[in-house]
Amino acid sequence: MDQVEEVFREERGRLLAALARRFGDLDLAEEVTSEAIEAALVRWPVDGVPPNPGGWLMTTARRKAVDRLRRDQVYAAKLAVLQVEADRADPVPSADGALADERLELFFTCAHPALAAEDRGALTLRCLAGLSTPEVARAFLVPTATMAKRIVRAKTKIRGARIPFRVPGPDELPERLPGVLQVIYSVFTEGYAASSGPYLQRLDLAEEAIRLARILHRLLPAEREVTGLLALMLLVHARRDARSNPAGGLVLLEDQDRSRWDREMIAEGSELVVAALTGGPAGPYAVQAAIAALHDEARDFASTDWSQIVALYDVLIAIDPSPVVALNRAAAVAMRDGAEAGLALLDELSDEPRLRIYHPYALARADLLHRLNRLPEATTAYKQAFELAGSEPERAHVRDRLDDCRRAVQDSSA
Amino acid sequence: MKYLLLINAGELDVSGGVVGCEPEDWMRFDKEIQDAGVVVAAESLADLVTATRVQVANDGKRTVTDGPYAETREVLGGFYVVDVPDLDAALDWAAKCPGSRGGGSVVVRPVAEF
Repeated sequence: MDQVEEVFREERGRLLAALARRFGDLDLAEEVTSEAIEAALVRWPVDGVPPNPGGWLMTTARRKAVDRLRRDQVYAAKLAVLQVEADRADPVPSADGALADERLELFFTCAHPALAAEDRGALTLRCLAGLSTPEVARAFLVPTATMAKRIVRAKTKIRGARIPFRVPGPDELPERLPGVLQVIYSVFTEGYAASSGPYLQRLDLAEEAIRLARILHRLLPAEREVTGLLALMLLVHARRDARSNPAGGLVLLEDQDRSRWDREMIAEGSELVVAALTGGPAGPYAVQAAIAALHDEARDFASTDWSQIVALYDVLIAIDPSPVVALNRAAAVAMRDGAEAGLALLDELSDEPRLRIYHPYALARADLLHRLNRLPEATTAYKQAFELAGSEPERAHVRDRLDDCRRAVQDSSA
Repeated sequence: MKYLLLINAGELDVSGGVVGCEPEDWMRFDKEIQDAGVVVAAESLADLVTATRVQVANDGKRTVTDGPYAETREVLGGFYVVDVPDLDAALDWAAKCPGSRGGGSVVVRPVAEF
């Protein structure tokens, strides 16, 4: 059953997208998609798989939708529209029996800026990654009931405010595509560094994000920022096995066993980076991917091309400035020019409200102060980082550093 | 589908106009949206000092008070009701409306269908 479900997982997204577009109602589309798949699970083992499985599912789902609408008075007005729809032919499947792919429309609907930011990722995982509501709830570490409410709220808004199922035109795409990419990337970053909870990484979530990006990349092969985002995630995810120790603790980039990096994934990511950087000014994801590629290609931490990395951060700050990028640039400068230079840059950022509550900022300062042997200041900064760190492994890592620093203070006073 | 565009004025300058939105901008916008044939209703509201609030208690007693005066910085200054295919079309009109500029905002509310 699970294996069959897995097979249907991708088909579900396509079917859902096509039906949502046709009926303009995500709820209805979800219900009849599930019913059609259930019907297939019953019929196909008995009758055999039909010659055109996609078409069979579509026809079955559409029939169920029309039945449902006929029964429901609230939808009476819609029925008139449906009669017109019913006269039209079913979508013509391509030669391999696959449905026309309307998932791109669904990506844009799920990431619509009129939806609450926190609901966009949930809806995208639900509709396009095919996760169940309890799975989405686990992904965002909220109770299932809470997540169910959020998904209902988002779907109600799509229906009630009539958020369309459409791909923005070429003139709107530059404004809307970053929103879709942001949704996918936020799923990935939550997987890469869980913001709370017992685990450092949540690999399933990172893999879902990569899967979504692969679908989007297939649908929009010429959009270089889509390529850049996929490249970035692959190049970072390639280090997953080396990023934590057997006890689940955090292993820093400088201490990672690079033989455990996923070379195949790095090769795929590196190829995509080239495509993302070619043909005009690079976007922020492409530049971040290029930085990740430089780390991945370095034999060891010491031989990392820090000058090139600083140069790429300069580009990133020019096209997409943010305090977090400035923090990362400062850390790279510390590697290129020494701790003092990095610390000076970090201290310039001390008034940034976002960094005050961002534990990597306090931690980066603490590490540089430690390296400069300014131990009392380092201790204070480690304490701040500890207060702010989210997941258990991150907190444990900061605590170890703080203990090292305290020991160094005792040794120097002894 | 019908949408109500609630136009909240932004910061007022000394003469009472919205900064960055001249009367000509409003006239141009109004002509464009009227010519597009999507307007169901539209009004701009008189100054807030002319507003009066009415409340009726459970016992039927009517209370009439002067105001309300804006405690927030945004003041409802007018509205359009447009009939357009979907939210994106409504948002496009809201973005074109001079009321969305100069610190003001346009809130888009679908009209309930019964």
